[in-house]
Amino acid sequence: MNGVLLASDVNFMIKGIFSYQLFGNTVWITTTHVSLLIVLLLFAVFSICAHHVIVNADPYEKPGTFQNIVELMVEMLDNMITGCMGKSAPKFLGYISTLFAFILVSNISGLLGLRPPTADYGVTFPLGVITFCLIFFNKIKHQGVGGFIKGLCDPWPIWAPINIIGDLAVPVSISLRLFANILSGTVMMALVYGLLTKIAWGWPGFLHLYFDLFSGAIQTYVFCMLTMTYVSDAIGE
Amino acid sequence: MNISGQEFIFGCSAIGAGLAVIAGIGPGVGQGIAAGHAAAAVGRNPGAKSDVTSTMLLGQAVAETTGLYGLLIAMLLLFVKPFT
Repeated sequence: MNGVLLASDVNFMIKGIFSYQLFGNTVWITTTHVSLLIVLLLFAVFSICAHHVIVNADPYEKPGTFQNIVELMVEMLDNMITGCMGKSAPKFLGYISTLFAFILVSNISGLLGLRPPTADYGVTFPLGVITFCLIFFNKIKHQGVGGFIKGLCDPWPIWAPINIIGDLAVPVSISLRLFANILSGTVMMALVYGLLTKIAWGWPGFLHLYFDLFSGAIQTYVFCMLTMTYVSDAIGE
Repeated sequence: MNISGQEFIFGCSAIGAGLAVIAGIGPGVGQGIAAGHAAAAVGRNPGAKSDVTSTMLLGQAVAETTGLYGLLIAMLLLFVKPFT
């Protein structure tokens, strides 16, 4: 039945494209997979071009436009990560840069007419879990098991359950933040295009500017900053 | 007027969604306060503008979380319809 008007006109849900059987379960290939694939293809093409340009660069010549852009991006990421993590930055440079680039391209893929892959909780939650594993691993590695247990019973041992809940809330909150921000942008654009079809020309571009570019870039920055803050807190220097 | 159980649940879900979005008040006030203090800080020390801005954006994005949880609940009620 068609009780809610919005739900019938507005279309922002994840849709299944085709299903197949895997060990007796029905598994769906959804729009998220497709847009993820497109994003990763764009990413792969860019990376191959960047690698080609950087490897063949002549240090005695003026750098070209593309090489300049690549160097600018790498330098910016370098500065951001070194400014936040200090001495332990080189170890995490690869992961955080990849994370930053992936989330940024995913968030702004709404501009290409795709449904952003990060507007699916199945994409952001694994990222949160990776952050959680990094925190846990670095805590054990740098503070030892004793230090880890001591950190859990911080003021008094009776505080331990609350500390455990606080630790487990990190991946959930960090991934829900990214997911909800991008989803709200997606829903807002779907509402504009679904309900204001007659007059939606031209001006939704400004909404795209805000919801896709600005919000996406801010959330990317926040996700990476929080990951770095938590990890350098776990390393403890 | 006859209202079936299904329709009653839809209506109540819509009211619940509206109530859940009230959660947006808190982050709005908090972000405004953060932005105001950041503006004051930049006025006092214009050299630290980029640092202040990035710290402000980070804090605001973290403060936004509670409002987003409210939004998420509203969306679950409206579009996923868990109670039908």
